[in-house]
Amino acid sequence: MAFDIYDFTSFNQTIDKALYDNLPPILAMLTEMVIIGVVFLLFYALVGLFLVYAERKVCAFIQNRVGPNRVGPYGIFQTFADFIKLLMKELIPINKADKILFNLAPFIVIIASFMAIAAIPFGKGLHAIDLNVGIFYVMAVSSLGVVGILLAGWSSNNKYSLIGAMRSGAQIVSYELSVGLSMVTMVILAGSMQLSEIVEAQRNGWFIFTGHVPAFIAFVIFLIASTAETNRGPFDLAEAESELTAGFHTEYSGIKFAFFFLAEYMNMFIVASIAATIFWGGWMPLHIPGWEGFNIVMDYIPPFFWYMGKTLVVIFLMMWFKWTFPRLRIDQLLKLEWKYLLPINLFNIILMALIVLMGWHF
Amino acid sequence: MENIITNNSIQQEEYIVNMGPQHPSTHGVLRLKISLKGETVENIEPHCGYIHRGIEKMCERLTYQQIIHLTDRLDYLSAHTNNEAVCLLVENALQIEVPERVKYIRTILDELTRLASHQLWWCAFGMDLGALTTYFYGLRDREKILDIFEETTGARLLQSFNVPGGLMNDIHPNFIGRVKEFITYFRKKLPEYDELLTGNVILKERTTDIGLLTLEEAINYGVTGPSGRASGFACDVRKHHPYSAYDKVEFKEILYTKGDSFHRYKARVEEMWESMKILEQLIDNIPEGDYAVKMKPIIKLPEGEYYQRVEAARGEFGVYVLSTGEKYPYRVKFRSPNFSNLSAINKLGAGHKIADLVAIGGSLDLVIPDIDR
Repeated sequence: MAFDIYDFTSFNQTIDKALYDNLPPILAMLTEMVIIGVVFLLFYALVGLFLVYAERKVCAFIQNRVGPNRVGPYGIFQTFADFIKLLMKELIPINKADKILFNLAPFIVIIASFMAIAAIPFGKGLHAIDLNVGIFYVMAVSSLGVVGILLAGWSSNNKYSLIGAMRSGAQIVSYELSVGLSMVTMVILAGSMQLSEIVEAQRNGWFIFTGHVPAFIAFVIFLIASTAETNRGPFDLAEAESELTAGFHTEYSGIKFAFFFLAEYMNMFIVASIAATIFWGGWMPLHIPGWEGFNIVMDYIPPFFWYMGKTLVVIFLMMWFKWTFPRLRIDQLLKLEWKYLLPINLFNIILMALIVLMGWHF
Repeated sequence: MENIITNNSIQQEEYIVNMGPQHPSTHGVLRLKISLKGETVENIEPHCGYIHRGIEKMCERLTYQQIIHLTDRLDYLSAHTNNEAVCLLVENALQIEVPERVKYIRTILDELTRLASHQLWWCAFGMDLGALTTYFYGLRDREKILDIFEETTGARLLQSFNVPGGLMNDIHPNFIGRVKEFITYFRKKLPEYDELLTGNVILKERTTDIGLLTLEEAINYGVTGPSGRASGFACDVRKHHPYSAYDKVEFKEILYTKGDSFHRYKARVEEMWESMKILEQLIDNIPEGDYAVKMKPIIKLPEGEYYQRVEAARGEFGVYVLSTGEKYPYRVKFRSPNFSNLSAINKLGAGHKIADLVAIGGSLDLVIPDIDR
């Protein structure tokens, strides 16, 4: 069994072959599913906890504070402690809530974000499924989350929650368009919707460089729209603490609240992953055509670190503007989408198509 | 729900939401009953009294020295200014001339109070709009003022440093140096406020043309302080009816004409610059002398009615006393700026979105204990 940190293809194939040789096919498939599920669950929990910690440290840094520093060195175990606290907290039952929907909502939110990770390439040969419409799948699955948010707001039987859910519905449906269209712009350049091929196509330069102007516009639009889609500041109208006192998840407590909380951070991780994959080359090291020595040095950094590094940079950007900007109003939010982002996006697609057609990209 | 089903037709009901008494952006136990149509606010009905303590009634059984301590508990962010109103009233009624030193120190402390109050307002205003970072920037600077207060008056928030006839104590030897240090520090830090919030395009979009109040309406509702001056109402008591050392200093009364949330915001930020100018003029010229006039232990005001107004951080604060010549006042009434400012909220907020109502509430800078008393 050859374990290669630069290419997981052979490693995965060895395991796959070993399983299918020793077990009946159906059992082998089930075993693989369980292994992948457990790995992803662990990854999900760890990344979620790390992101909560990272956000607290980043916002503390922006706000002249120290941040968590009591539990463990530099407070790294603070989020674990918080998580244990949330697990042990009472789940307060709401008498007038719609019980089934109320309990279902957090699961829908978390499942939607959990499904989306499956298609993300973490490294060469390091993804659960490589669909030929990977980008399309991620978009479709991650937008399921809004159903959970709407249900949560509706079933809580709380006026503030309902307003939050209404806002969230309007917001996510609108911004889905911009996210989709800016992805389409990049798909035109890549010529494929398969995420592994999109990464492979960036071997000689990331799309943000090779696609120059339209790629950059698409990146900015994607960053804005995906922040809005994940309900994060300055577009956090659905929870709007100072207006709606946490909006759709006001009535949730304990682990159900933690689900919403975790899902929010994972959604951020997913959109950051997509941004890193389609604009910054995913796990592909930075290559500059002609600089052979430089390219070889860059290749020494394992792809997984490239991927994580890029994702974290995008996440940092998103945290940065959450902690700096005031919140928009609902009508301004929709105006921004329908009057500015959407027309620019449509124009940008035509520009990109023209550039690809004429071969004006690098 | 049941009505709708039994009548078998859709009935239009008002969607009523209670904002408060427990709500993060009412800054206290204020309850606003809001009728909504979608996101638009149709009517706002303030319900007061959740923190009513009967302070005015209590004052009828307290001596004048004791009343001072209760005025702290009205607008706790302008504690020093409120104390001063009662002291000035007693001094004017008894025709006592306080030493120049007292006047200067009172004015300096007034302006420090105003600065601290406006800083906290700026923190909270940003937070109302969803910019959480402002809170920590504002508190960082407010801490310096509170330290100065602590050193000189012994208390950080509710100082009760004024007594009829002067001050409780002389200033701390470090006082002058620390105030000077603070001014140089804050002159560097105040532009940061503009960088973080004033110039932000989202803030401008959120506040411009929101909650318009014309000059006439401002006068009718009695909206004073920076909120009134943003509408063009020249109501600065410091300028028009000077007390303490305000007649000896040069400063500008910040006046705008538009009267929207953004100009109420601007008025306060500009006022911070003016306060620093006042401090600079006074801090080097504190005259030598006594810190208080010797007063009798029991103060009895001559029979009659008295009114004294001062400019608190949120507007005109007035004390009315009806005395029968006893050591207790017969009747006390406080004219609190926040109560009048709140009365305009339906005029300001109706027709705007919920988010705008929060911004308007923030731009009025309400302190709830001052409303309920």
